[in-house]
Amino acid sequence: MITVESVSKSFNGKTAVDHISFQAYDEEMLVLLGTSGCGKTTTLKMINRLIEADSGNILIDGKNIRDQKAEELRMGIGFVMQHSGLFPHYTIQQNIAVVPELLKWEKKKTETRTHELLAKLHLSEEVLSRFPNELSGGQQQRVGIARALIADTPVLLMDEPFGALDNITKADIHSEFKSLEELKNKTIVLVTHDVQEAFELGHRICLMDQGKIVQTGTPKEMLYRPENNFVLNFFAENRLLLEYKVATLQDIAPFLITEDSYHEPDLSENTSVWNALQTLSSDHNHTRLYENLVKAFNHYRKLQTV
Amino acid sequence: MTHQSLWQFIAEQHEKLITQIIQHLGLTFLSLLLAIMVGLPLGILIARKKRLSGSVLGIAGILQTIPSIALLGFMIPVFGIGPKPAIAALLTYALLPIIRNTYTGITGVDPAVIESAKAMGMNRSQLLFKVKLPLAMPVIIAGIRTAAVINVGVATLASFVAAGGLGEFIFGGISLNNTNMILAGAIPAALLAILLDQVIAMIQKSGYLVFRKLKYVAPIVLVIMAAGYLLTSVSHRKIKAGFTPEFMGRQDGDIGLRSVYGLNVNPLVVNDAIMYKAAYEKELDLISGYSTDGRIKAFDLYVLDDDKKIFPPYFAAPIIKTKTLKKFPELEEALNLLAGKFNDSIMTDLNYRSDHLHQTPEKIARDFLVQNGLYKNPRKGNSGTVRIGSKIFGEQYILAEMYTMLIEGYTDYKAETKTGLGGTKICFDALMNDAIDFYPEYTGTGLLVLLQPTPQILKNVTQSADKTYQYVNSEFEKQYGIQWLKPLGFNNAYALMMRRKQAEDLKIKSISDLKRYVDGK
Repeated sequence: MITVESVSKSFNGKTAVDHISFQAYDEEMLVLLGTSGCGKTTTLKMINRLIEADSGNILIDGKNIRDQKAEELRMGIGFVMQHSGLFPHYTIQQNIAVVPELLKWEKKKTETRTHELLAKLHLSEEVLSRFPNELSGGQQQRVGIARALIADTPVLLMDEPFGALDNITKADIHSEFKSLEELKNKTIVLVTHDVQEAFELGHRICLMDQGKIVQTGTPKEMLYRPENNFVLNFFAENRLLLEYKVATLQDIAPFLITEDSYHEPDLSENTSVWNALQTLSSDHNHTRLYENLVKAFNHYRKLQTV
Repeated sequence: MTHQSLWQFIAEQHEKLITQIIQHLGLTFLSLLLAIMVGLPLGILIARKKRLSGSVLGIAGILQTIPSIALLGFMIPVFGIGPKPAIAALLTYALLPIIRNTYTGITGVDPAVIESAKAMGMNRSQLLFKVKLPLAMPVIIAGIRTAAVINVGVATLASFVAAGGLGEFIFGGISLNNTNMILAGAIPAALLAILLDQVIAMIQKSGYLVFRKLKYVAPIVLVIMAAGYLLTSVSHRKIKAGFTPEFMGRQDGDIGLRSVYGLNVNPLVVNDAIMYKAAYEKELDLISGYSTDGRIKAFDLYVLDDDKKIFPPYFAAPIIKTKTLKKFPELEEALNLLAGKFNDSIMTDLNYRSDHLHQTPEKIARDFLVQNGLYKNPRKGNSGTVRIGSKIFGEQYILAEMYTMLIEGYTDYKAETKTGLGGTKICFDALMNDAIDFYPEYTGTGLLVLLQPTPQILKNVTQSADKTYQYVNSEFEKQYGIQWLKPLGFNNAYALMMRRKQAEDLKIKSISDLKRYVDGK
């Protein structure tokens, strides 16, 4: 668990982060969302002391991060950055093994773990002997994630990890990422400016503006219980899409007319309404079900917005 | 024809050439090694403390601009002569590219990579050795490459301070008018530079994997090369002799000392600009000087008696093409005004004023002309310009100034000086190619360096100063269309000299005495 208590930071007299406090719980992915310059990346980097906070405290599992050496702290925190940050002079294998080497792991252990991660991240073994510049952007980012995961640290920080990828690659990695077992038991803080990404990945979202947190909450809370106009306006542009995405089939089940509604093999209780509609719309046989779903969703929506 | 004789020269001198190449490489590598040892940490330091970067790079930049000869000169009071000042000077030149490229290389590393290294928990030294230095390595190696090429070039000047290297052939060849000798030094020097450049370029392009192996291989190679130099240059001598490259290759020089006196002092090769000072500072015991040099007086040196007469007379006289005399009809009379106005001690005194009292050649010349009632105010005439050449030492500068004043005072010509022409070959080629109209030359030089007669003729004509003058005058006229005007009256011959105190202590008065001392116990 990460606890941030009234932390501030200013650069050359200009306040970047202004007395912010939040918590990221175990097994949770917390998203810091905001436009560029809102202080989200500064906040993230203060957690592993790449940037030292001016005031306030940050605790990881109750321990103040200032109480240990920065290097030791960082070895216990995985970090993924926007442009993979891979070492251009190391092969992929060496890149993945950087932290194990710092931790003085045995070679065998590092190797086993590397192969395990490659399989999970859908990377072929042959990339191991290559250099980062020989890989595609998506592959590089996967390697960056493998590098951050190898030591199986309880905390993972991600700074716009998918920001440099094209939309299709990004969607692929998002879905793989969500289903990655490795991440389930970690405390993850992810920084992004991409609203859809925040809704896709985040259990909770911290919306930031001008160095302050405007609202913290689950995606549904952000949409249906905005604390002020800023929050409302922030999501206005994507609102409809986001609403379809945050609602699951389970949410709208009470409003469905027929009981035998979603016996499609791909659909489960946790499927978002958006994805269900996507699947159904591609087949004419399901037109009726599609329409029922839309009706049910509209019922559900009415109740939420009240 | 010339090719064949160049090969012949190299074949004859191959042992010397190999020694010089090893010395040259040794000097280059040893200084490079030291420059890396100093420059790399400095570069790393200023990359960390950017405040210092301006001043460190500034100082290294200023050092770089000091002319190499001057730098060698500065080094002598501190390091004496031999390899030490040469290596110190070379180190100084190699420093800037290495410091600058280390700094640029490290500060140019992608900040994202540095941040990710930090984020993974690397400490400062891990960050430096695992990330910054390896990534900066191509740039650092480019700096070392630049430094290596500069050093191969500058190392030719090491022969000025008796540190050996290919400069011995190059500058010996220039002094002796021996093109083959120049080429035998210059071609290997150029090849070494190209070879080094290409080898280092290959390393630079070969990628990061090679750098890791290089860490172990490169220092070993550098140390071996450096050791090679030390092996070739270590030797102990009873009398430390330093001779000019010109003296080394001349019949009336080291060759004559060996053949006529049987004296082999195993001399170092040293530039005449620093030779006297080195003798005064006890870096050298025996030097090959000139009998009218002002520094003999300044440094209290003792000229050994040439009891077997191997140094022929060196009477100075202006040499000029006959056709030039026709072009400037009033010139001959004006130039001959100085004829017979000197003797050895007058010239030594004038040189002393220049070399030791640091009076300008212009003032010395004017004072002398006024004293002798020869000075006239310039006529500011406009009927053509006479170009006067001079070699690169004080006496010639003074003479060039005197001739300038005489020409402008007694004729309607203007005079223009082209002073500081490196050596006999450069002066004489300039005269032959009409780049200058005349310069003061010495009969002995004309005879031995330019005419190079058979030993039979040589023996015959060196019997008296007058015979030598007659011979060179007629031969120059025949071969080159050049006349020797009337001699000035002083004899600036070669001479072996020692510190007066040491010569007295060892009871050495003549070269034969020296020979007995060197051979004795």
